[in-house]
Amino acid sequence: MSAGSDGTVRRALSALRHDPPAVAGTLVLLLLLVVGLAGRWLAPAGTNDVDVEKMLRPPSLDHPFGTDELGRDVLSRVLAAARVSLEVGLVSVGIALLVGVTVGLLAGWYRGWVDNVLMRGMDVLFAFPVLLLAVAIVAVLGPGLVTAMVAIGVVYTPIFARVTRAGVLSVREQVFVRAAVSIGASDARIIRRHVLPNIAAPLIVQTSLSLAFAILSEAALSFLGLGVQPPAPAWGRMLYDGRGFVTEAWWLGVFPGAAIFLTVLAFNLVGDALRDVLDPRQLTVSEARRSRA
Amino acid sequence: MKTSSPAAGREAEPVLDIEDLTVTIGTRRGQARAVAGVDWSVRAGQTLALVGESGSGKSMTVLAATGLAPRAARVTGRVRLLGEELTTLSEPRRRRLRGRHVGFVFQDPMTSLNPVLTVGRQVSEACEEHLGMTRRQARDRAVELLDLVGIPSPGRRVAEYPHQFSGGMRQRVVIAMALACEPALLIADEPTTALDVTTQAQIVELVADLRRRLGTAVVWITHDLGVVAGVADTVAVMYGGRIVERGDVDAVFAAPAHPYTRGLLAARPDPERAGGDLPAIQGAPPSPLELPPGCAFWPRCPVRGDARCEHELPPLVEVTRGHEVRTFYPGGEDA
Amino acid sequence: MARFVLRRLLQSAIVLLGVTLVVFLLLQLVPGDPVRVALGTRFDQQTYDALRERSGLDRPLVAQYVSYVSHALTGDLGVSFRSGQPVTTIVLERLPATLSLAVTAVLLALLVAFPLGVLSAVRSGSALDHAARVFSQFGVSVPDFWTGIMGILLFAGVLGWLPPSGYVALTEDPAGWASHVILPATAVGLVTASILTRFIRSSVLEVLSEDYVRTAVAKGLRARVVVVRHVLRNALIPVVTVVAVQLASLVGGVIVIEVLFAWPGVGRLTYDAVQARDYPVLQGAVLFVAALFLLMNLLVDVLYARLDPRIGAR
Repeated sequence: MSAGSDGTVRRALSALRHDPPAVAGTLVLLLLLVVGLAGRWLAPAGTNDVDVEKMLRPPSLDHPFGTDELGRDVLSRVLAAARVSLEVGLVSVGIALLVGVTVGLLAGWYRGWVDNVLMRGMDVLFAFPVLLLAVAIVAVLGPGLVTAMVAIGVVYTPIFARVTRAGVLSVREQVFVRAAVSIGASDARIIRRHVLPNIAAPLIVQTSLSLAFAILSEAALSFLGLGVQPPAPAWGRMLYDGRGFVTEAWWLGVFPGAAIFLTVLAFNLVGDALRDVLDPRQLTVSEARRSRA
Repeated sequence: MKTSSPAAGREAEPVLDIEDLTVTIGTRRGQARAVAGVDWSVRAGQTLALVGESGSGKSMTVLAATGLAPRAARVTGRVRLLGEELTTLSEPRRRRLRGRHVGFVFQDPMTSLNPVLTVGRQVSEACEEHLGMTRRQARDRAVELLDLVGIPSPGRRVAEYPHQFSGGMRQRVVIAMALACEPALLIADEPTTALDVTTQAQIVELVADLRRRLGTAVVWITHDLGVVAGVADTVAVMYGGRIVERGDVDAVFAAPAHPYTRGLLAARPDPERAGGDLPAIQGAPPSPLELPPGCAFWPRCPVRGDARCEHELPPLVEVTRGHEVRTFYPGGEDA
Repeated sequence: MARFVLRRLLQSAIVLLGVTLVVFLLLQLVPGDPVRVALGTRFDQQTYDALRERSGLDRPLVAQYVSYVSHALTGDLGVSFRSGQPVTTIVLERLPATLSLAVTAVLLALLVAFPLGVLSAVRSGSALDHAARVFSQFGVSVPDFWTGIMGILLFAGVLGWLPPSGYVALTEDPAGWASHVILPATAVGLVTASILTRFIRSSVLEVLSEDYVRTAVAKGLRARVVVVRHVLRNALIPVVTVVAVQLASLVGGVIVIEVLFAWPGVGRLTYDAVQARDYPVLQGAVLFVAALFLLMNLLVDVLYARLDPRIGAR
């Protein structure tokens, strides 16, 4: 790793330490990571232990979050679903990051027709409301964990491509890059050594914020039955299944939703704190246009 | 042009009179003392030049005096505008006095005009606010003012937007705006810094001409002593938030008594001394967060007198009649 | 100005063509024979042949695409695999419900976001500003369908003031419509309000630091005049565009809320089409919404140019 991105990471970490909301967000994320990795062992009961004797029980010592319409322990299901949300979030943003950065690098570095073709393609993807496109993709590919990841990944690709391209365009005009070009360094080397470290900051910020939106999108997809398939638990699906009982059994609505909210909030808090340090600028129009999952 | 004379005996009374003005600004890293015990005054038809590097407190003095200092600033001292004490006045009253009797011209004409309002509207709105003109009257007044500052075909250009004007023309618009209510005082904060040399000369000439015709008092803030010689009657040199030397322009230029003033004069490009390096003042001005106890210029001073300079603040003393300086060594080491 | 509009028009047309391609390809991505998949257990050879014929799936891909686009241009988006009705009719039928929900949500959002955004910028650092920032941070993080469920729980369940779901047309019974729209519109509007509050705050803050605002203050104008005439005029230009785009994205983006509240709009239609594997309806709804989204963006850019004399002049 070169000095540029090293400094970026260090600055980011030290900034997070001095920002109380960011500390809170980080703690929530760490907790979530533990739950995601060890949820199965933390859960007081199995995620699919059906017990018709104990249908729709309110929260108690045995079942802190109550039981659902099939008598399953809600706490255990909420804990187990954390893993699904994190997986979908991380993998889909990973896809968006990988594809988006590649497209942005190619477009910004080679410009000309490459730029035109690639970025018009991104414009096309940008022309759909986020959730609608994700729903359409999942609908044709068939619902499930993997297609949800792919669909959300596709939807969030253009923003990474745009951020990267803008970064590349400004970096490639700088003296040290022009110097590297003039001494005949290879494109790949210049991009790796000079361009990537210099666009790391906006990418880190965008990744954190996109994770928040991706998890919201996953929850929406699974609410519509297009995410991970039953009987595997997912927060969105739990809300969908519980919506009919919610007036009698409030805990079916409260806990899975609170889990989504806290997770998304944590990613947003960390993302905003990172933005304040790494990429301090005003909210742009295109970002605000996009900030609805 | 001059239709009213707001204060009787304006010739005798100073238009703006500042006494012992101090400005401290609370920052994250502590209290910054931007201005420390400054006093000066300016009379009708006179031009006072405030000279200094950026951060010397010259702009802050004027902003604080007129109630335009940032919210975090604490201002003490006395400020009288046309005989009226401003520091104890409520903001609404001060605002009305400021808009009516003080006109401002800021540094960058590219950014000091609102891009989405026509220049006419921007010139006329102060007339509506302070002179009780109707929109129609104010618009006619705007055309008159644009003509006054030398903008060709003002009747047409009054309806245009700032981006349709060149830099020099924009600064003329800003001057027209400042003069809209025929203020007793015009404050020009580095009005030529952002302009090219030819335009600079035109703007300097325009302000000098308007002052003669309208009898306005002018405070001209600049870091460029070259401009001062052309426009000012008196000059006050500021360093580290204090006045270090002041007097008639001729006296100060003929016999600069403070080492800092001498440095500034020497650093001025002189067409008669073509070629060769400009002798620059070494070092950087002090931070207003940590001003030294003694003479603020001591760390950079070529004279470097004695321990007294480091620990004791030199008083402002008269060297000749009306020419004051704040140094233990007026005129250099051997004085 | 005319050249600017023309250029944007051309760009939008190209993107729209790309959109039709994506929508067209959606059907090709369906694993297996989409008609057979769609018919499922209701399969009978006669219906199958008829639909197969109508959808033109036997022809070469390029010919299919050309015919898809040329039909779309005349407003023909095909027929539903389920009902046999024209897709365009089905989508247009659903539009009023969606529009009335989206517009209500945006109006509610503006009602909150405008004063909150402007005040928190003008009094930045105040308690109100902090409250506004907490509000918008929470608002963008909360899933709207959760807010909706909580709303149902509280106002339909505990208090019993509002119906938990359902739809009444605005034209038939305005009061009934209002009682049904308030929960879903609030749930959606909360997110929009948070986005707008943030954006308005940052836009106003940016303008407040401009030199020309200091010039206006120096003129001795009243604070209210400075804010309204000098600050808001500039700060709201980008805000107009964001509001319009939020509205556009709501028209296609309230799927989940429409499902939760049984609101028979375009979002609900999309969901039903997905459930029924009624691909032409899905394609039609997606294409319609994306085209609307593009059109809205185009209008916004033209509006932007009208509002900002610097762009209009180019």
